[in-house]
Amino acid sequence: MIDVEKIRKEFPILNRQVNKSSLVYFDNGATTQKPRGVINGIVKYYSEQNANIHRGVHTLSREATELYEKARKAVSDFINANDSEIIFTSGTTDSINIVANGLNFPTGSEIIVSQMEHHSNILPWQLSCERNNGKLRVIPINQDGTLQVDRLKELVNDKTRVLALTHVSNTLGVINPVKEIIKEVKKINPNILILIDGAQSVPHMKIDVKDLDCDFFVFSGHKIYAPTGTGVLFIKENVLGKLQMSKTGGGTIKSVTFEKTEYVDGPMRFEAGTPNIEGVLGMADAINFINSLGIKEIAAHEHELLCYAQTMLNGISELEIYANHLNKASVISFNVKNQHPFDVGTLLDKYGIAVRTGHHCTQPLMQFYGIQGTIRASFALYNTKEEIDYFIEKLKKAITMLN
Amino acid sequence: MKSDITDIEEEIISEFEIFGDDWEGKYEHLIDLGRTLPLINEKCKIEENIIKGCQSRVWLNSELKDGKIYFTADADAIITKGMVALMIRVLSGQTAKEIIDTKLEFIDKIGFKEHLSPTRANGLVSMINRMKLDAIKLSEK
Repeated sequence: MIDVEKIRKEFPILNRQVNKSSLVYFDNGATTQKPRGVINGIVKYYSEQNANIHRGVHTLSREATELYEKARKAVSDFINANDSEIIFTSGTTDSINIVANGLNFPTGSEIIVSQMEHHSNILPWQLSCERNNGKLRVIPINQDGTLQVDRLKELVNDKTRVLALTHVSNTLGVINPVKEIIKEVKKINPNILILIDGAQSVPHMKIDVKDLDCDFFVFSGHKIYAPTGTGVLFIKENVLGKLQMSKTGGGTIKSVTFEKTEYVDGPMRFEAGTPNIEGVLGMADAINFINSLGIKEIAAHEHELLCYAQTMLNGISELEIYANHLNKASVISFNVKNQHPFDVGTLLDKYGIAVRTGHHCTQPLMQFYGIQGTIRASFALYNTKEEIDYFIEKLKKAITMLN
Repeated sequence: MKSDITDIEEEIISEFEIFGDDWEGKYEHLIDLGRTLPLINEKCKIEENIIKGCQSRVWLNSELKDGKIYFTADADAIITKGMVALMIRVLSGQTAKEIIDTKLEFIDKIGFKEHLSPTRANGLVSMINRMKLDAIKLSEK
């Protein structure tokens, strides 16, 4: 078991008072707070290490380059990839856009997404379909938020080019059986490229891209305790060549003449311009932090919080809980019957509780449930049962105030 | 004859003053105000009258009668609706000039300034802008 009290001391922001109450931060699905190691790392970088990477022969540049490439190694180890398969991006959204913009298809091609996708895993594909005269097809879901996996057989055909699927729903927390799906889809049509959106899974479970056998795996640094503006695009080695560059510039080339440019072969061809160096180093620090605790231990703690909170919420009769089961990451989406999520969120904020309200960038999922939005509580490794007790108490109070 | 904006603002400030630091009391009162907001004519709940906030939606209908501007409104979130009720109490029935000139300082004084922050997802700032814009448009007719 992880020592939560000790861990909490590593996160300075958790000492903050919000509206005269101790902050209870349950918006980890949006972004996580940063441990001291990550914060200090940024200060250290600018105090002692700052230089542009992959450019200079001078000591600082060499050292910064080494740190940056060490971070790539930390990321590739973290998800069991090879270093040459890791591209640093500005986040999940950027990663998906790089893939969607880098693939061209013949007219009439089909791309499959699911009903529960984040807008970031719909819109780049929608644009791609418009560009290529393609068609977006959607895997439906059940009322409990689970994917209708058996419908894949009718959706996948020889026109299918890409399956872009979230590993964990950001709104519901539902975990999709991506490994089985990938296997199934590749069996029907081995040429389909499969992108897994891991933004919401990486913080909560061990990821092994080799075991998953996906072609692309994308996630954000800031949801795993790293700085904002950092992200990862994993591209399977033999797929790298299929992806065209949608932006280019400094750091991507072997040689340039006005007639022709020769680009580098590795992931750096997709990292044009000076990257977010301190952010990437911060991501390595965050990964070290996670590794020092153990992702399995973190997951066990978070699952305990999920079970506890969901049981408590199920005891409140005024609530409608979506995906009211436990095959989930530590996320609970709910509504107070006859009340607008905005009102509940506003009152909880007055008690110092940060939850997310609204459509969570999943409007098609809201349309499926016929609602405007939900209240989402999402837990991270530093949350406690005491915080959940406080949240439940204040939620009940808010319901009384609104009824 | 409706009293002028400053008087109504003063009245609201003293109405909220009794709660002191008790924000729960203030919000309960605000929620009550939201509940008592007269219903908007359903015919006015049309697309043009929607002021879209990120999360809560507000409908605003503006009319000119005898040189004064009259507002009716609705919102789908009750706290927003309470804020809307306060705006209407202050601004409805005033002349366009008074509506345009007012700074609505009472909102800060009763402790609801946070509802006017630009990051706030309730569409209230857009609603105030729309009230002023409608006042200009209607008075120019």
